Amino acid sequence: MPVDSFKFLPRLIATFYQMLETPPQRPLPWTPLSKPLSDCTVGLVTSAGLYHAGVEPPFDTARERQEPTWGDPTYRTIPAGIRQAEIGVSHLHLNTAPLRADFNIALPIRRLRELASAGRIGGVAERHFAFMGYQGFPPDAAAWRDRYGPEVAAHFKAQGVDCVLLTPT
Amino acid sequence: MPVLARTLEAHGLPTVLITMMPFWAEKIGAPRALAVEFPFGHPLGQPHNVAQQMGVLAEALAVLATAVAPGAIVHSDAIWPEPVEEAIKAWQPPAPSPIIAHLAPQFRQMLRDRRQK
Repeated sequence: MPVDSFKFLPRLIATFYQMLETPPQRPLPWTPLSKPLSDCTVGLVTSAGLYHAGVEPPFDTARERQEPTWGDPTYRTIPAGIRQAEIGVSHLHLNTAPLRADFNIALPIRRLRELASAGRIGGVAERHFAFMGYQGFPPDAAAWRDRYGPEVAAHFKAQGVDCVLLTPT
Repeated sequence: MPVLARTLEAHGLPTVLITMMPFWAEKIGAPRALAVEFPFGHPLGQPHNVAQQMGVLAEALAVLATAVAPGAIVHSDAIWPEPVEEAIKAWQPPAPSPIIAHLAPQFRQMLRDRRQK
């Protein structure tokens, strides 16, 4: 059965999505996986609004409250060894309690480490990256595309990352 | 988020996106995606449900390893283990987000207009 994108959405939010007019972007870029997964170092990017509490600031939800059509486009760095207690979540569009209970539901660092221990992937990046998914209304992903996305790509390449798993929330 | 996937991919990194919104991933285009019928905020599943998280992760990595052309979307058979009505309530923030609060009157009018058509 195909996945129903609207199954868990209240009507107002479904309407919000149906109102969005974003032209399709084609052609799609494509980089083939150059080696088996068992040799690949895997990096993670989430848009769950996670941040390393006490080390980096939360996302700017104060400005978003003042200016509801704006969303913070910046990103935060999450070291692979982070503990649950060090994870902050700033996201006004989600119940953040499940992420505060187990960040692996959006940033599966522990699961990746288990796969690496089992030899199914080559390794886990030392640093992962978190964005906050709400990019304004109408959505404007230009800063992600032109500035922050390329910065994250450069950080991953500098760490020898071979492929990236992205988890929107 | 498909925008970030495309950006990383264009910079030479193979990507796979785990999405609850294949409608959106398909519309705007992601190089590779695994679609899961899970509530927002839960791309890998429920807190502390290690088997479920690992199952989704393995499926996503399989898409990464096997997709042969851009735009690949694989639909997972994983089933959300909680009743739908509860899950709809559970994922939402305690108060409506600023934009939803801001747009709600306009949306309600649209829904009324649609019913009248």
